[in-house]
Amino acid sequence: MKNAMQRFADRADAEGLLDVAYTHVDSPFGPLLLAATPRGLVKLSFPQFGEEETLAELAERISPRVLEAPARLDEARRELDLYFAGKLTEFDLPLDWTLTDGFRKKAQQAINRIPYGKTRSYTEIARSAGNERAVRAAGTACGANPIPIVVPCHRVLRSGGALGGYGGGLPMKEALLELEGIL
Amino acid sequence: MPPFQTLLDDHAGDVLGVLRGAVGRADAEDCFQETFLAALRAYPKLEDTSNLRGWLLTIAHRKAIDHHRANGRRPMPVAELAEIEVNDPEPGEGVWELVGALPPKQRAAVALRYGSDLPHTEIAAALGCSPEAARRSLHEGIKRLRKELA
Repeated sequence: MKNAMQRFADRADAEGLLDVAYTHVDSPFGPLLLAATPRGLVKLSFPQFGEEETLAELAERISPRVLEAPARLDEARRELDLYFAGKLTEFDLPLDWTLTDGFRKKAQQAINRIPYGKTRSYTEIARSAGNERAVRAAGTACGANPIPIVVPCHRVLRSGGALGGYGGGLPMKEALLELEGIL
Repeated sequence: MPPFQTLLDDHAGDVLGVLRGAVGRADAEDCFQETFLAALRAYPKLEDTSNLRGWLLTIAHRKAIDHHRANGRRPMPVAELAEIEVNDPEPGEGVWELVGALPPKQRAAVALRYGSDLPHTEIAAALGCSPEAARRSLHEGIKRLRKELA
């Protein structure tokens, strides 16, 4: 049955019917859920968020043609493995920003430009996104980041250097900052 | 609308089981692929999602009928042939065409009974109805075919 389902996912992809492919990737924080459209990586979800809710959101907001199809996410898995091993400092993955828009999208794209091992403040992100006073909205944009880790919202800290918040929990933010040699 | 993967997770076993009964083990997987590809193609525009299992099984029946129509006269490989004297006339080429034109329940019942040799209880399970209702659909289907063939 597993083979039949795997072959089905391959055929669906070949026929252009696979709108959202997803898979699980092991990480030091537990299994991550990754999802990609034909345009690129669209979602990375932490273990503490329910898989069912995440898949339902993808079905609702992108397309109900959602299938478990690891092949499309091979490169993302490879790069994440290297990143967690400290052997990769820059992801080279096409990203699909469908799940975000407006100021949040601008802020998240600004976050995506923060180099490995560097940090920015929420204020700096707000400024990069075009509205220096929208610090709170910049914080919300971090929290609503659909592709954390790859889009490195863990590199955004409070102006005084305090950690701020993190969707995956503060211990995870600390661990990622340690991995990058920031803490 | 649920992610399509949940349809696979919940119903792939049933669909494959019905298709094994309907077209035989060897061809069931091909029909399985055709069934789910057709379903995936149509899924975003499906209006009524209250009975997804029934919807998938209906597509599976249609694929089984297509299969029988395409391979209607191809002998089925079996391990051992029993020597049975057969007096029934072979159905003509056109009979599956007529089956295909029956209303959905009758069509599925006839295909599952005569294409796949399923007993009434299993036809009922596949159609999601009582054995009595399955028997009735089969009976109505045969009656209509007899009329068409006469």
